[in-house]
Amino acid sequence: MSGSDLIMYEEEFKKIDEELQKLYLQTNAKVVFLVDKNGQLIASAGETQDIDTTSLASLTAGNIAATGGIARLLGEKEFSILFHEGEKDNIHISLIGQRVILVVIFDKRSSLGLVRLRVKKSSEALVGIFGDITSKSEKEKVEGRLDESPFAEISDEDIDNLFR
Amino acid sequence: MSFINYSSREINCKIVYYGPGLCGKTTNLQYVYKKTNPDQKGKLISLATETERTLFFDFLPLALGDIKGFKVRFHLYTVPGQVFYAASRKLILKGVDGVVFVADSQIERMEANMESLDDLKINLAEQGYELEKLPYTIQFNKRDLPNVAPVENMNKLLNPRNVPCFDGCAVTGIGVFETLKNVAKQVLIELKKHY
Ligand SMILES: Nc1nc2c(ncn2[C@@H]2O[C@H](COP(=O)(O)OP(=O)(O)OP(=O)(O)O)[C@@H](O)[C@H]2O)c(=O)[nH]1
Ligand SMILES: [Mg+2]
Repeated sequence: MSGSDLIMYEEEFKKIDEELQKLYLQTNAKVVFLVDKNGQLIASAGETQDIDTTSLASLTAGNIAATGGIARLLGEKEFSILFHEGEKDNIHISLIGQRVILVVIFDKRSSLGLVRLRVKKSSEALVGIFGDITSKSEKEKVEGRLDESPFAEISDEDIDNLFR
Repeated sequence: MSFINYSSREINCKIVYYGPGLCGKTTNLQYVYKKTNPDQKGKLISLATETERTLFFDFLPLALGDIKGFKVRFHLYTVPGQVFYAASRKLILKGVDGVVFVADSQIERMEANMESLDDLKINLAEQGYELEKLPYTIQFNKRDLPNVAPVENMNKLLNPRNVPCFDGCAVTGIGVFETLKNVAKQVLIELKKHY
């Protein structure tokens, strides 16, 4: 199971955060966030306080998974961009490097054209960062962890305490 | 696939409740939701039909507490048990860290239990997982009903490897937290092996 675990390090997390901030500002969006394909929120930027980002992350991933299933039925590889238009808000969802999902929520202060353009630019940057993360965790697997592992000295008691 | 974030110091793990239609998967999550402190849980999201059968999944995020300064989160999912939702079940198993198999104890559901267990193994195998290597807990649910199969028989049929197994009555909550704790613990122990 550890083969595909996603490990996020301080350095890359900062870069991702900066990239999302940039995208948020450039697109004039309401919220921008990044979700792992399994539905876990990785990072976000913008007006997140009024939004249940955890639920949104899980549903977005479900959405991508469902359309991915449809794509395979049709012999398509994957639909890499989804767009939903609402009365006030619109949502633009795009797959990045097969592993993460970039979501932009925007209203009339922005436009689909602008979002598309900027998302494309950010995607390239993000693919690079996630590439770094992958090589870093592979390297650590070979050489052992650089950082302290939270699990090294985890005891049964620690685990039991979680459920008190 | 767990997600370990050294920057925000969080660990996220995914647990999937599997089992035949109407065995009580959604009821398990509803009970956990009901009994968990507001500050430890997110919304319970249910994508269901009008008759309250799961259509795609239920989702409940739990933040249980800290281990060595890392916030530990479990994302609980249920699959839709009805046979014809096979494609959706496959999708939900992606990235799973631990599995709970909820069996329906009623005698007339034994075949459905076995079919569902086979379906689970096949779907896991398609994604390169093996049930034998995953954190895995079984719950014999609906023990409160009159027409239940003896535990001994169910063990023979559904639990030949003798993995942790709990009697349950999900509507009243019997066995619900025991099951969850058990699988969560196995997931954390598994993580410990790798990191
Ligand atoms: N008597 C009894 N009824 C139960 C128990 N657990 C669940 N039920 C009932 O069984 C019915 C189905 O439960 P669900 O939790 O919706 O079943 P499910 O496994 O999610 O079903 P699908 O979504 O179709 O896969 C509901 O009416 C529950 O109230 C139990 O332990 N005892
Ligand atoms: Mg259900």
